[in-house]
Amino acid sequence: MRLQKAWIIAEKDFAIFRKKKSIIYSVVLFPLFVSISLPVIVQFSRSESGGLPYEALAVVVDAFSFLFITGAVTLPTTIASYSLVGEKVQRSIEPLLATPTTEGEILLGKSIVAFLPPITAIYIGAVIFMVLIDGLTYNTLGYLYFPNWNMGVIMLLLTPLGSILSIELDILISSRVDDVRSAQQLGGLVALPFGGLYVLAQVSILSLETSNLLIIAASLVAIDAILFYISKAVFNREKILTKLN
Amino acid sequence: MDTLYDDASLIRSLIDAENLTKKFGEITAVDGVTFHVNEGEVFSFLGPNGAGKTTTVRMLCCLLSKTSGQARVDGYEIGNELNSLKIRSIIGFLPDNVGLYDELSAYKNLDFYGKLYERTEQQRNESIERFLRLLGLWEKRDLPVGTFSKGMKQKIALARAMVHEPKILFLDEPTANLDPESARTVRDFILKLKKEKKTIFLNTHNLDEAQRICDKIGILKTRLLTVGTPEQLKERFWNHKTIIQLEKVNDLIVNAVKTQTSKEVLIHGNRLTIDVANGEKENPKLIEAIALAGGHIQYVMEQSPSLEDIYVKVVRGNLK
Repeated sequence: MRLQKAWIIAEKDFAIFRKKKSIIYSVVLFPLFVSISLPVIVQFSRSESGGLPYEALAVVVDAFSFLFITGAVTLPTTIASYSLVGEKVQRSIEPLLATPTTEGEILLGKSIVAFLPPITAIYIGAVIFMVLIDGLTYNTLGYLYFPNWNMGVIMLLLTPLGSILSIELDILISSRVDDVRSAQQLGGLVALPFGGLYVLAQVSILSLETSNLLIIAASLVAIDAILFYISKAVFNREKILTKLN
Repeated sequence: MDTLYDDASLIRSLIDAENLTKKFGEITAVDGVTFHVNEGEVFSFLGPNGAGKTTTVRMLCCLLSKTSGQARVDGYEIGNELNSLKIRSIIGFLPDNVGLYDELSAYKNLDFYGKLYERTEQQRNESIERFLRLLGLWEKRDLPVGTFSKGMKQKIALARAMVHEPKILFLDEPTANLDPESARTVRDFILKLKKEKKTIFLNTHNLDEAQRICDKIGILKTRLLTVGTPEQLKERFWNHKTIIQLEKVNDLIVNAVKTQTSKEVLIHGNRLTIDVANGEKENPKLIEAIALAGGHIQYVMEQSPSLEDIYVKVVRGNLK
C-alpha cells in the first residue's frame, strides 16, 4: 500500500469537493449548529428555571456531547457517496482502475477524503461547544466542566471510530448502488444505532459514563475491523466494471 | 521476463494472446482468441456490438480476469496482481466512455493521472503541454472539462491515455459518436502516434478508420474469425474481379468472355464484371477475346474490395 498514491486520489477529490458548495455546507453547518445551539439551549434552560441543578446539567451536557458522534457518522456519508458512487456515475472509475494503483490505495484515498473534513469540522465544533459550555456553567458548577474523560473518549475514540464505520458502510453500499442520493440515504441509516443510544441515555436506561463509552468504543473497533475486510473484498475491479455495463 | 520475437523478422511482439477466453457465468464473451501485436504496430479489432472487443481490452489492461488461456503484455503474463501493476504502468487506456472529472480543468485532469503514473512535475508539465497543443486544446487548459463539447472531452481523454508516454496504447472506440471533424482530429492524432511507432490496440466498428490506420486487423465475433493485414484479408476473402467497360455489350461479346473463364460474369449496362484468379494472366486473354468478338473496350480496371465488403462477408459467414 503506497500512501502517496492514496493521497493523490484524496487531493483530487478535495479539489472536486471544493467546487461543490452543498457538500461544504453540509460538512460545516451541522457541527457549527450543534456547537452553538446546544449551549444556547443550556443557557435558555438556566434562565427559565433559575438554573439547572448540578446532576441535570451534567446529564444534559453529556447527552449533547454524544450528538457529535451522530455527526461523525452521518457527515462522511455525504462525501463518501459522491466520491465512490460519483466515480461510477461519471464513469471516471474505469480509467482510474486502469492506472497502476491498487484497490486498497483507491479505497484509502477515498476514505481519507471522507474522513478528514468531517472530523476536522467536528473537532472545531467540539472546541467551540466546550468553550461555550464552560463559560455558561462555570458559575453554576464552580469549575470548568470541559475537558473531561467523557469528552476525551467521545472525541478521541468514538468520533473517529464512528466515522470509519460510516465510511466502510458507504463502501459496501457503493458496491451495490449506482445513484448518489440512494447511497446517501442508505448511508444515513448508520446514524440510527447512535441515535438509539442517545435516546436510551435521555430516558436514563443507559448512562453515558466513561466506562460505557469505552465499551461502545471497543465494540466499534471490532465492527470496524470486520467491515474493513468485507469492504475491501467488495471493492473489486472486476465487480465494479461488470456492474457498470 | 520473457520477450517474444516474431521468428521471421525479429520484430518484438508486445501483446500475445493464446486461447484467451472470458466467461460471465454461462455466457462466453470472448472465446479462445489467439493473436499477436508487434512493437510499433497498429492492431485493430473489428466487430459488431457485443463481439467481445471491450472485454478483450479489459483483460489485457488487467481490469478483468481471464477465464482461461493466457496473454502477455510486454512479456508480463496477465492474471496476477504484481504483473497487473506493471502492465498498467506501461499502457495507456482510452475507454469507450471518456470518464473525465467535469469539475476539474483539462490540465488538472491530466496532471492527476500524470501523478498516478509517478511522472515528475517537469515530465507532467511537458507531456500535458505537448499533447494539449497537438490536440488544439492548450488555450482551454484551465477551463473545467464539464464545459467542453463531446469531441473536446474525447481529445482530453486521449491526452490522458498518453500523459505518461505509455509503451502500448489501448483505444476503445476512440471516434464513436463524434462529429466528423472531431473524429478526423482524433484519427489524425492516432496517425501521428503511428508515425512515432507507438504500439496501438484499437477497437472500432468504423471500417474506414481501421483501413486507414491499422497495420493488422482482427475480425471478432466472440471468436476471432480472421486476422491479418488489410491486404491479406482481401486476398483471403475476396475474389479478384476485373471490370471491363465497353462501348456496347452484346451476346457475342459475352459468349467470347465466357469461353475464357469458368467463373461468374456479371453484366451491368455496358460493363462486365468478371471473377478472375490471376488478373495479370487472365486479363490479356479476356481483352483479346472481346476485341475478336468486335467489342470496343473503353477501359479495364480491377475491382478493389472495401474492408466493409470483407467484414460483412466474414461476419455473415460466421452467422450461417
